[in-house]
Amino acid sequence: MSLDHEDVGCPGDPAPADAAGREGAIAPEMDRRQFFDLCKQALPASLTLLAAGLPIKLANAETSAPAANAAAPEPRLASYAMAIDIEKCIGCGRCAAACKAENKVPDSPHYVRTWVERYVVPKEGETMVDSPNAGIDGFPDLPAVDTLKTFFAPKLCNHCANPPCVQVCPVGATFQTRDGVVLVDEDYCVGCRYCIQACPYGARYLHPEKQVADKCTFCYHRITKGLLPACVEVCPTQARVFGDLNSRSSPIQRVLRFNPIMSLKAELNTRPKVFYANADQEIR
Amino acid sequence: MENGMLEQFTGFIYPNEYFLQWELLIVLYPYITGLVAGAFILASLERVFQVKVLWPVYRLALLSALAFMIVAPLPLLSHLGHPERSLEMFLTPHTTSAMAMFGFVYAWYLAVILLLEVWFDYRREIVVWSQETKGPLRYLYKLLTLGATDISEAALKFDDRAGRVITILGIPSAFLLHGYVGFIFGSVKANPWWSSVLMPVVFLFSAIVSGMAMVMLIYMVTSWVRWKPIDMACLNKLGEFVLYALIVDFALEFLDFLHRLYEAEESIHILSQLITDRLFISLVVLQVLMGGLVPMIGLVAARFGRLPDEMRRMIYFLVALLIQVGIFSMRWNVVVGGQMFSKSLRGLTVYKVHLFGLEGLFFTMGLLLLPVVILYVLMKLLPPWIDGHAGRELPAPSH
Repeated sequence: MSLDHEDVGCPGDPAPADAAGREGAIAPEMDRRQFFDLCKQALPASLTLLAAGLPIKLANAETSAPAANAAAPEPRLASYAMAIDIEKCIGCGRCAAACKAENKVPDSPHYVRTWVERYVVPKEGETMVDSPNAGIDGFPDLPAVDTLKTFFAPKLCNHCANPPCVQVCPVGATFQTRDGVVLVDEDYCVGCRYCIQACPYGARYLHPEKQVADKCTFCYHRITKGLLPACVEVCPTQARVFGDLNSRSSPIQRVLRFNPIMSLKAELNTRPKVFYANADQEIR
Repeated sequence: MENGMLEQFTGFIYPNEYFLQWELLIVLYPYITGLVAGAFILASLERVFQVKVLWPVYRLALLSALAFMIVAPLPLLSHLGHPERSLEMFLTPHTTSAMAMFGFVYAWYLAVILLLEVWFDYRREIVVWSQETKGPLRYLYKLLTLGATDISEAALKFDDRAGRVITILGIPSAFLLHGYVGFIFGSVKANPWWSSVLMPVVFLFSAIVSGMAMVMLIYMVTSWVRWKPIDMACLNKLGEFVLYALIVDFALEFLDFLHRLYEAEESIHILSQLITDRLFISLVVLQVLMGGLVPMIGLVAARFGRLPDEMRRMIYFLVALLIQVGIFSMRWNVVVGGQMFSKSLRGLTVYKVHLFGLEGLFFTMGLLLLPVVILYVLMKLLPPWIDGHAGRELPAPSH
């Protein structure tokens, strides 16, 4: 039986074969028994080499894989945001009502995910603000003062890019999705309420039945299916515009481009992703 | 009740701000951890800084710290919406959260510092009691020796050295424990009443004041109950330290107040309304006047005035009581006060203490009494009394 040295060893494991070849230990007249003995002797060495070689192979595979796929485009992540045009809001409160219905928010006026504030700026004196039942039932008659101007300001979670609520959550139950939405994992929240304290916008509440923190999700269950948030969907004047900051064709880009824009409590460096167009400095 | 509360609200508050999130239990929590830190720092004054005159209260301070420490996490736990998930803070802590560090700071302080120090300090006695006591208690003491029954000269020397090292480690730990509690509040940038770099320091010094005053109270009451004379040198020294800590605490809080007033940021209007309309009694009367100025005058008079001992004891007792009221009010003013104005800075809310329920007055009072019960058991189990012994040398001959 004649054996070429390249035939010794396992296929796909060139190292032992190479080593054996260089030693020249294989006699052409080797019988089957000698061959197995040789294999037994070479076993520890080949296993060691295999073990040493495997991680290198894996590492190579890891580094080479993306290079191979580089041609295929990565799925582009959205960066969801909302713009609210104060000049367009008529204070009908449909957004707040739709939110309650869509997200099964408790009926009480003290638990809301979004609400509408009315600002009455008198010619003299302090600005008056109210939001009875989040604006769902409309607003009472204007107070009898000499009014300079009035306007409405819808409020919701600002889905900050630098969210203090996420920073303080002791268990990581409140988190940022990769598309920039701040959510609460209600199966994980311990109900310590530190996030409610940390939110500068009063956007969070403790759900009275679930005993976990709750807040606006941008209707995440809807937007991930390509639908609009409920509040945006029902707004009769398009005061609320929802979109993707990473998409040039998103309708929010137009609002941000053609209007003076501000965000709430910018000095706190929370970097909100709810933008206010044509807003008054009284809004806070 | 809702309508009644609505009428008392002034200005505008965000809809979600109607209910306070942190109530009486969260007032209790910094108060109790403050007592732990203060009592421990008092014990370390004797142990590390060699203030030998405080020896009669050394063990009392340690046991008090331990009793309060055992109770410290209970208000937090009872306050959680899902207490059954509380272990997640240990298992999957969120590293950017100050609150997630609580478990680790607490575990370190309780297990590594307090329990070890008490054990090393009492080890010789525990071994003796495990041999001399009759009945089931004997087995408990045997268990408490943890198998270390060697009370030779060399072993006791080691105990003493270990105790000292642990106390030295304990001082920064006590600072960490309570400074951290202040940080929980001081780091909330959304809340102008809390957000202050001085908060951890103020919490720390108020902790020292309240803890020392609490040990003072416990020492006097236990002495009276046991019909034993009070060591006046010790009490005077204790009063002196309380006075110094109180002065620093008062100065820091005054600085904080002055700083806010002078900077007069956007929030100044609502915060001044908060003080005058909501916190006048608890802040101006209870915290500043009754809990700060009056005790200061009392301590100066009792410590440095020419008064009979009976009078001194009376003043010290009243002062220590007033300080407790003052520091509890301080915790109240921080925790509840910080939630009584809207983050819109346009209105004030109302908080009414409930009587029943987990956040209620009765439960809170129960939690306040629990450390007293634990302390009683600890005193029975590990008597801290040194009657008849003039100093550390006598009960621990190796020293």
